[in-house]
Formats: sequence, structure tokens, C-alpha cells
Amino acid sequence: MFISLNDDQVEMVTVFFEDRELSVRKGLPIAAALLEAGVAHFRNAPVTGAARAPFCMMGICFDCVLIIDGMPNQQSCMVEVRDGMRLARQSGLADVMSGSDKEQLSI
Amino acid sequence: MTDYDVVVVGGGVIGVSVAYGLARSGQKTAVFDEGDIAFRAARGNFGLIWVQGKGAGCPEYAAWTRRSADSWKEFNRELKSLSGIDIGYHRPGGLDLCLSSKEMSARTRLISRLIDESDGQFQGTMLSQEVTAERLPGIGPSVLGASFSPMDGHVNPLLLLRALHTAFQVKGGELRIETVVDISYEKSIFEVTTTKGRTSAKKIVLAAGLGNQNLAPKVGLNVPVRPERGQILVTERLKPFLRYPTSLIRQTEEGSVLLGDSHEEVGFDDGTNPHVMANIAQRARSIFPHLEKARIVRAWGALRILAADGLPIYDQSSTCPGAFTASSHSGITLAAAHAQDFSKYVAEGALPSQLEALSERRFHVH
Amino acid sequence: MRDPIDIIVIGTGPAGMAASQVAAKQGAKTLVLDEQSSPGGQIFRAIEANENPKRDELGESYYKGSQLTRTFRNSNIHYLPDTSVWQLSKDRELSYSRNGAAQTVTAKQVIIATGAQERPMPVSGWTLPGVMTIGAAQILLKTSNTGIKDAIFVGSGPLFYLAVHQYMAAGIPVKAAIDLTPKINYLRAIPHLPGAWSGLSHLIEGWRWKREIVKSEIPLISGVKNIRITGEDAATGIEYLKNEKWTRLDGQHILLHQGIVPNINISLAAGCDGHWNEKQACWAIEVDSWFQSSIPGIFVAGDGASIRGGTAAELCGRIAALGALAQIGKITDKERNRLAKPYRHKLSTELKIRPFLDTLFKPADNFRIPKQDDIVVCRCEEITVAQIREAVKSGCVGPNQLKSFSRCGMGPCQGRFCGLTVTELIADILNKPVNDVGYYRLRPPIKPLLLQELANLNSDAEK
Repeated sequence: MFISLNDDQVEMVTVFFEDRELSVRKGLPIAAALLEAGVAHFRNAPVTGAARAPFCMMGICFDCVLIIDGMPNQQSCMVEVRDGMRLARQSGLADVMSGSDKEQLSI
Repeated sequence: MTDYDVVVVGGGVIGVSVAYGLARSGQKTAVFDEGDIAFRAARGNFGLIWVQGKGAGCPEYAAWTRRSADSWKEFNRELKSLSGIDIGYHRPGGLDLCLSSKEMSARTRLISRLIDESDGQFQGTMLSQEVTAERLPGIGPSVLGASFSPMDGHVNPLLLLRALHTAFQVKGGELRIETVVDISYEKSIFEVTTTKGRTSAKKIVLAAGLGNQNLAPKVGLNVPVRPERGQILVTERLKPFLRYPTSLIRQTEEGSVLLGDSHEEVGFDDGTNPHVMANIAQRARSIFPHLEKARIVRAWGALRILAADGLPIYDQSSTCPGAFTASSHSGITLAAAHAQDFSKYVAEGALPSQLEALSERRFHVH
Repeated sequence: MRDPIDIIVIGTGPAGMAASQVAAKQGAKTLVLDEQSSPGGQIFRAIEANENPKRDELGESYYKGSQLTRTFRNSNIHYLPDTSVWQLSKDRELSYSRNGAAQTVTAKQVIIATGAQERPMPVSGWTLPGVMTIGAAQILLKTSNTGIKDAIFVGSGPLFYLAVHQYMAAGIPVKAAIDLTPKINYLRAIPHLPGAWSGLSHLIEGWRWKREIVKSEIPLISGVKNIRITGEDAATGIEYLKNEKWTRLDGQHILLHQGIVPNINISLAAGCDGHWNEKQACWAIEVDSWFQSSIPGIFVAGDGASIRGGTAAELCGRIAALGALAQIGKITDKERNRLAKPYRHKLSTELKIRPFLDTLFKPADNFRIPKQDDIVVCRCEEITVAQIREAVKSGCVGPNQLKSFSRCGMGPCQGRFCGLTVTELIADILNKPVNDVGYYRLRPPIKPLLLQELANLNSDAEK
């Protein structure tokens, strides 16, 4: 279990992970904030679909990547939490196309 | 007695395609390859099996290209059954995108010329902006149209190289990681000196890319090629969005998008340059605006092997019969022809007259 | 037109901070780029945030960075945090990204001080959620004040003991510590002990950490020959082989570490020559006595060139900066030599402990060269030992062909977590010297880069 060692009052912000509302400590990297909030599964690897979670926390392994405010494959250990941020699991391949183009693609 | 029937110098796509064809037909064949650090054009390749736009003014080359593209289906099936590797071959047809009205009219002329020169054997047509946009959802407004040929396709060039290596060895071919330093010819036998020793063969095929230039004179051949650098950007894996390969952008089966390609005269420097990379990115964004949100994970510089007229060079030596050479920057498109046809010519000992137009003699001033 | 930059320093760990302040002090126009949001590198990470109040559990060695960081902040430098460098050319043209925009700058001299990363530790189950590096746990502790309750620490090296010790001091329950230092290494290291005498304080510090762990209630398990992490979608425990017997420990958090290795991606992509360092079992960058690489005007200082430790890194940074300053005429060669003398003296003292540490903490072969078929080597593209063996069997002779054959090393981490394993594994299969097998040919961008940033590079540069 990931635990906060801050005993004094700390400022919190609200983020959404997979549409779930989470209250997390301000100033934390997203990866740390989600781990503390009990998120254990950050992404699915693109080949086998295996579950992955943060590994190195220093921006080199890319196992912590998330979709952050609509942008795919962002390293969550390198970005601080912001109030209202929308976070989603990165499952497989990144999707950068707009909705209407995707509709046309499915025709 | 010689060690081999044929020695192929060069373990890139061209060398191994020819060698695979030779081994398949029962020739005792060895490939000499430089190994991990070679200037490997296949690694910087786009993976297009491309017919449209090639061979205007040289119908023999256009026909050779079509012949190879048409043989690819069978070639792919064969490689898969021998190597067990799916190399991602598809032939959905391909598009060459036009970003200005000038490009559009030049392309229209080129396509009709190719149809004329091939007696209608070449199939290609121009697509309007609307039709292009229907076929390629997400395309930007700066694309004014495209030429389309159903004869075009694509493949994963890296897997192709691997499948060729495997199939070649399954058929009894020997891959030797040795750099060739000298070749001599005496009494109809070629003696090849490498960094590790000596080997003899009845025939020799030079397919060492840019290295052919130095080796060819040792067997009475001349291969005037020069390097031209092309840079390619590769994105992270994206959800499939591109149904057709295009001459500038291709999405692989794994989802990566390849963005190309530059033409730079920088000698043997196969590095990358951020400003050229930026130009490639700019053009890609104007073609598919949504790509701006994709990440570039790799960039490549690779050297194309070009003769002055951009066409391949195939030759046989008159002073050292049994020595052949093949140089081309279209090793992927021509892989099927190299494996099935060129290898046969080598085994038989003579190139056919239709390849005379692609001999180095074309550069001689009469 | 902006003024030309004299010296660019990449990284703000001990080597980068020291190099920057020496350069600035001699009047060089100095630009400092770093990926983190505050100075300190990994060793002194988040040190400014942890000054007031000081956190005892982080230990004395951590707060050795306080003074250096303060001097760095007070130096006349242009410091850009949150900046990722993605390209450096031989003629010292450098491209970086910051706040979503890319820039290109050129400097007369470049000092690469990119430090170290943890050595990959390809064991069965190392990709499962719940498995992290010990370095990652330390970063959580330093930057977020986050602890991991009931973790099992597994590995070897000074950082292994330090991290467990920090956890004890912070009062975070540790489930177990599995010490993978091969027993034979103690015997091999003893001959180096007399030479290590001048590094006595480091040794005493290390022994103190270990002794306190032994005295604590934390089970310290040593003499372990092999490990495997179990679980389907997340880690559920670890099994270890000791005295020919496998034993299981349940646990959701497994922390791995087996030493640190130079972070060489920028240096190699720029074209600096490297070589295999057999004693440390990693690549090192070739440097001269001023830490200048094979490319004139590009210096590599600190652990980014070869592992010498934090104290030595700071000294290397200072010496490299003097070398760079002399080359652009900011100081004379005579001044350079005079100023470097005390640093060189300290450095040679500092380095005497290295043969002992390198021998003692060289990870066992089977943790560097995995044998078991299903172990994942390339985390990004999910390439296993079996796939690499098969590729080698079908004619692949080096890491670059392996990339072509299997996509191994083609993912976003760009080989950082598979490169060493791949090289050693191929060398092992082919029974060839590691140096002959070589490393991935690295190319820019050395960090993934948004296409729009790249597309705007030329137009942004004209502004």
C-alpha cells in the first residue's frame, strides 16, 4: 500500500481517473498521486495487453503512460496533478484522430 | 571443386533475395555480410512495393517493376511457409498525394505517360480532392488530389529481411558474417578473401549496395552509384487510420506511422538533421492534421543507392564470366523479381536482353 | 539574434550543478537544461523542498547536496527546468522541448551531465504492476513523501542498503530485504580493501546501514541464487532460491535494484565514442583527463560517463567546466591546471574505493543475462529471452539487427531498459566479447517528441 507520510494538513486537488473522482495531494506527480489513491493498473502494453504500472518514476521506462486530458501516451511520473484533470488508462495504441474523422473511417 | 556454386556479397534485402532464389533452385550458396554495423538501406526503408511513377522513359524498368510487384503475392506466400514469419504484405493499392495544382498537373501527365508507354499494362488513375478525402479520412485541406494505382502495396521491410534470412538458410544457404576485402578470378573460379579467410566459388553476385562501387572493378565491372540520404520519422503506435500506403506516409501493421522522405546529398553520412526532420513533420501535419498530436519516437537516416538516372544497374562481367552485379534503391519492390528471375539468370549464367537497358553500358557515350 | 552561448550544461545533478557554477563564475554565458522541475538530479532530488524542515530519514548523504544546490541557484546562469533535450549534434547544435515548444540552440562547448539510471533487472515477473525499482521508491519518498508499506526490497548495491535504511528511519514497515550480493564477491573484493582505505567514511556509512538492518526486525535474506516474481495481473509475491530450495514470500510490492549505470543516450546519439567497462558491466563514454569526449567541445562529466558516485561526479563537473572554459579562452591553460589541481587531488582520493565497490556489487551473471525463455527483456515491445535467442539463431549478430528482426529496443524507452541485457545476452549466445557485439545505434529524438513541436521547430527558430 502506498501511504502519505505527510502528517500535517495538506492541500488537495480533484482529478478524475477513468471518470472516478479522486482527491489527491497537490504538487504530486500524477503517478504518485494515483498510486496513493490506490490505482494499481495504469496501462495495457500494446503487444500482449498485459497490465502495467509505474516502474522507474524518473521518466525513462514509459510504463506509467496515461491519456491526460485527451492526450495519449503521456508520462504520468513527469507531470504534476492539476485540479480537474481527466486521466484515463492507456490501453493499447494511441488514438489521435478527431471524432468525425473516426466516424468516416468506420464506414 | 569450389566451396560454393555462388557467393553473394551483401546481406541486405537485394543480396539475400538473390541468394534465397539461388538456394531454392539447388545452388550451393553463401552470403557474406558485414553484420551489425553495415549501412543497411532496408533499415531506413519505407516498405513500399511501388509501381506508380516508376520507369517513365524506360519501359524495360517499368515492366521489370510490374513483373516484380505482380510476383509478390506468390513470393510472400512462399516466404511465409518457409520462414513462418508474416511480413505484413498487403496490396490495397497506393496513393501519391499532391499538395499543389502544379504537382497535380505534373502527376496527371506522368500517369498518362506511364499508361501509354506500357501499352496499358500499367494501371493508374487520378483522384479528385473529394475522392481522395473519402479514401483517406482525416486528410487535410491542403491535399488537392492524388494519383492511385491498384498495383501498389506495402510490407514490413525489416520482417522481410528476417524472413529472407530464415528462408535462405532453410533452403541450405550459408550466412557468413565476414567482410569481403578482395576478389580474384582465375581459370573460371572466383576466390574471395574476407577478414576471416578465403573461399572459392564458380559465380559471384555483388549486391553490397554502395560497397559495389569498390568491389566491381575487381571482376571487370563498373557500378557508378552514389549515396543519397533519406530521413524518415516514425511515430508511436497509433490506432489504424490509414487504409492505403502513400508515397510519403505509411502506417505499419503494428500501428507506427512512417513519415518520409528527404533527398539529401551528404555523402556517406547516414545521420539525421533536426531541420530536415522538422520539414518532414510540417508536411506530414499538412497532410494529416491529427498527426500533430502523435509522438515521434524514432528518426532514421539511410542511404539510397542511386545511379545518375536513378534506375537500377544490373550487369554481368565480360572479362570474368560468372560475375554479376545488382544495385538498386528499390530492393523491396524488386525483391520478388530478384528472388525468382534474377537468381535464375545467375544460375543460367547470362542476363536476358530485356535487362540490357539497365546495364551500366547505358551511361557510355556512343 | 540572441547572444551566442558559451557553455551548455545538460543536467542538474552534482556534476551539472558544479559545472554550471564553475562556468558562470569565470564569466561564461551558461545555459543549463534539466528535465526535472528543480535541481538536484536523482541523488539530491527535491532537495530544496525537503530543506524546511529537514527530514532525518533521508540521511546525511542526501543533505550533502544542500550547499551545492544553493550555490547553483545563486550563480549567474540561465537555468531551464522541465526541459527535455532530444538532439545534440557533433557541431554542438542542441534541440530541446519545453512547455510544448521545441527550440534549437548552439553553444561553443557542451557539458553532458545526465547522470545514471538503474541497471535493468530482467527477472521473471518484473513487468507486473506492483514491481518497481528501488530508485522509484526513493523518488516517491523524496519528491512526494510517499511510502510503500510492506514492500519486499530485492537486490544489491549501496542504494539497496540505503533505501531500506531510509525506510526504517521513516518508520515505514518493510516486509523483507533479499540481498542478492553474490557471496563470492566478498572474497573477490577483499584484495581491493587496502586501496579503498581513503574511502573509509563511505565504507563505515554502508556498514552502518547494513548493521542496523541486520539488528532490526526486518528479515534480511542473503545467499539467494535466483528469484521469480509471481502474479497474473499484479505481483502477488516473490519466490527465491536459496540452498537449492525455493521459498515463497507473499507481497504486493516488490522493489528491485542492482546498481546504477551511465545514462548514455545523449552522448551516444551525438556520436561520442563509448566502450564496454567489464568491471562495471556497462557502457562508458570515452573521455580525456578533462572529461572531454571523442568529439571536441563535448564533455561528459559525472556518472553519465562512467559510475564514480555523487561526490566524484561533483569534482568531475568542476574539472570539465575548467576544461571547457580554457578551450574558449575564458581562462588560460595555466589557470585551468592550477584551479583543477585541488579537485584532481580530491577526485583521486575519492576514486580509490571504486575497485572495491565495483567488485563487491557487480551483479551476478544470471541477473544480468537472463536464461529463462519467458523472461521479458524489452519491456516496451514485450520481447522475451526466447525471441532474442531465436533471432540470433536466424543470423542476427548484434543489437541493431535484433531491432530490425524483432522490434526489440524500438519502443519509447529507446533501449534504456533492455540495451545492456540485449548486448550481454547476444554476446553470451554467440560467445563473443561484449565490445564486439556493440550497442544500439542511438538516434534523435532521444526522447519521444510531439510531432507538432518538431513541425514548429523551423518557424519557432525564425521568431
